[in-house]
Amino acid sequence: MLNIENLHVSIEEKLLLKGINLYINVGEVHAIMGPNGSGKSTLSAVIAGKKEYKITTGTIFFEGEKIIHLSPEERAHLGIFLSFQDPIEIPGVSVTNFIRTSVNSVRKARGLYDMPINDMLKSIRKKLEVFGMDKDFLYRSLNEGFSGGEKKRNEIFQMAMLNPKLSILDETDSGLDVDALRIVSKGINAFKSKKNAILIITHYYRILKYIVPDFVHVLFRGKMVKSGGKKLAIEIEKKGYSWIKQV
Amino acid sequence: MREMFSCMKTRELKDFDYKYGFYTSIEVDKFSKGLNEDTIRTLSEKKNEPLWLMYWRLDSFSLWKKMMEPKWGNVKLKQKQYQDISYYSAPIIKPLQDPSLEKTLKKLGLSLEEQKRINGIAIDVVMDSILVASTFKKTLAEKGIIFCSISDAIRNHPELVKKYLGKVINKNDNFYASLNSAVFSDGSFCYIPKETSCPMELSTYFRINEGGIGQFERTLVIADKGSYVSYLEGCTAPQRKENQLHAAVVELIALEGSEIKYSTVQNWFPGDKHGNGGVYNFVTKRGLCERQAKISWTQIETGSSITWKYPSCVLQGDNSIGEFYSVALTKNYQQADTGTKMIHIGKNTKSTIISKGISAGKSKNSYRGLVKVFSKATNAKNYSQCDSLIVGNECGAYTFPYIEARNSSAKIEHEATISKIEEDQIFYCNQRGIDFEKSVSLIINGFSREVLNKLPLEFAIEARKLLEISIDGSVG
Repeated sequence: MLNIENLHVSIEEKLLLKGINLYINVGEVHAIMGPNGSGKSTLSAVIAGKKEYKITTGTIFFEGEKIIHLSPEERAHLGIFLSFQDPIEIPGVSVTNFIRTSVNSVRKARGLYDMPINDMLKSIRKKLEVFGMDKDFLYRSLNEGFSGGEKKRNEIFQMAMLNPKLSILDETDSGLDVDALRIVSKGINAFKSKKNAILIITHYYRILKYIVPDFVHVLFRGKMVKSGGKKLAIEIEKKGYSWIKQV
Repeated sequence: MREMFSCMKTRELKDFDYKYGFYTSIEVDKFSKGLNEDTIRTLSEKKNEPLWLMYWRLDSFSLWKKMMEPKWGNVKLKQKQYQDISYYSAPIIKPLQDPSLEKTLKKLGLSLEEQKRINGIAIDVVMDSILVASTFKKTLAEKGIIFCSISDAIRNHPELVKKYLGKVINKNDNFYASLNSAVFSDGSFCYIPKETSCPMELSTYFRINEGGIGQFERTLVIADKGSYVSYLEGCTAPQRKENQLHAAVVELIALEGSEIKYSTVQNWFPGDKHGNGGVYNFVTKRGLCERQAKISWTQIETGSSITWKYPSCVLQGDNSIGEFYSVALTKNYQQADTGTKMIHIGKNTKSTIISKGISAGKSKNSYRGLVKVFSKATNAKNYSQCDSLIVGNECGAYTFPYIEARNSSAKIEHEATISKIEEDQIFYCNQRGIDFEKSVSLIINGFSREVLNKLPLEFAIEARKLLEISIDGSVG
């Protein structure tokens, strides 16, 4: 589904990613771990199409199609979703209004009519339940005054509504307490299927206890320094990153 | 009102998508250009007005001649040649039987037949100088509510007109108001009897059709003791190269314990991309509140090349309340200098000002407001909030708040913010599949939500669409 080949990325002349290779097949869950500043969030932003980053070498394929020339919204229309590490506030725009605009924009790009309001509301209600969210939440301004945990839940809620093919979860676990993490993970697991793929970006092992990855990669100073199965994550949990740095 | 701003294609739309830029060819009775005492006499005679009104007009005219155009606005304008416009233009043919008029109304989304079936809104249409269509008169009459053209009111209810015309906005109030007092041609009149709640929204739709004319409409709304009315006005004009003048006067009288809600969606032709043409919208709007009365102004200003208007409240009675909610959006070379005046005279008077200015392109958007507390106005309270949103790097947003308090018990709060649409916000929306233009309009609508929520529901939906249409193609 997602093929990243020899990707080099820089911002203002500074090289952030130095030759990333990553292959994610449909139905798989991958985790990228790494210490602060290793380039994890850069990688997720580049896949989503953030403009400030410059790809100097290498390319990205999504379902066999080169996507690096596509705009962020075009990538979203193809089915790429990024759960933000720091979700952005949009004052005065309610969660419902935003998700409706989002879902219908994606549908329009795929040549579909707007989703009828009743279907939309039904779908929204169902998802709210899955993520243990209050109805009031729908009328609040998008991310404005949300706690860290609420912001993350809102991201996952939107993911479930949009039903993307590839979901990149950038530090979705940070800011969530144990109970919230369990609920959100449960929702992600329910969403996971043979038809989609998930890329989890995290510092810690704890979310991987709930959402078991098929592959774990370690990113360090802009390079993938190690890949393995879920055991690698457990090892990192025990020993930290320092032993890898020496590799 | 449902279809008021709906899409339509007309032959005059070329590089600019102002949707109401078409012109209807209708035979008109139009004065030749120029203004003098004779013009006013002829106008008054044509309208079969009583003598007192003709003298009132002439009086206004002589006051106006001594006045100068105000220069204090934060706007640049071309000198207007007042002798170079026509002061009266009326569609000749018996209005409702004229198919081309009916067609125009339809284009504007105002099918009167259909309107009759949609409950809840009674509507008047003023084209150029006269009122051409009206609905629901009977239903309203049963409650004793008068809703008609001001010309009809002058003929049929002279006592009310004589008593209140010019009461809030004196004939020497300002340059444009005096000009209006001298030459106003038509407009709406509304009277709500004591303890009566008007069962539907009253609405007037203003349209400038002819070229080279000025529109000087005059609106007078009187809410008698303990009554309630919600009044809406909408405006459009054809697309022309010259600047058309629109100098209206709106007076509201809220007698003891009554409430008037006055909403405007102003979408006059704003001029083209290069700043040519467009309507000069120089309007004086003011309301008078007696004891425990309330006046609430809500305005969505997206049109006109220059907007100069300050819907105000004179809080004369004790415990009276004034409110002003405004969204002003400017783009290209548009200029808006708008705000309000809250004049606290009575005790325990309260006012709220929420102003949202959105500037895009090379436009200039100013909030100008005055909160004045007289010495006898014990415990007066005001809360003002002025927020500006900037789209792009070439526009300007300005705030000129004036406060004059002569009573130490007054509580006056003023908050102001200025913000810009952030790249991160756009990226976030984009990532969710929302394109750039839609993202901007979403953010603008969110920014204006507090004000949009004050509009009657149907109007709010249209206003939202209008904000989206207006910003199209003017960012990036």
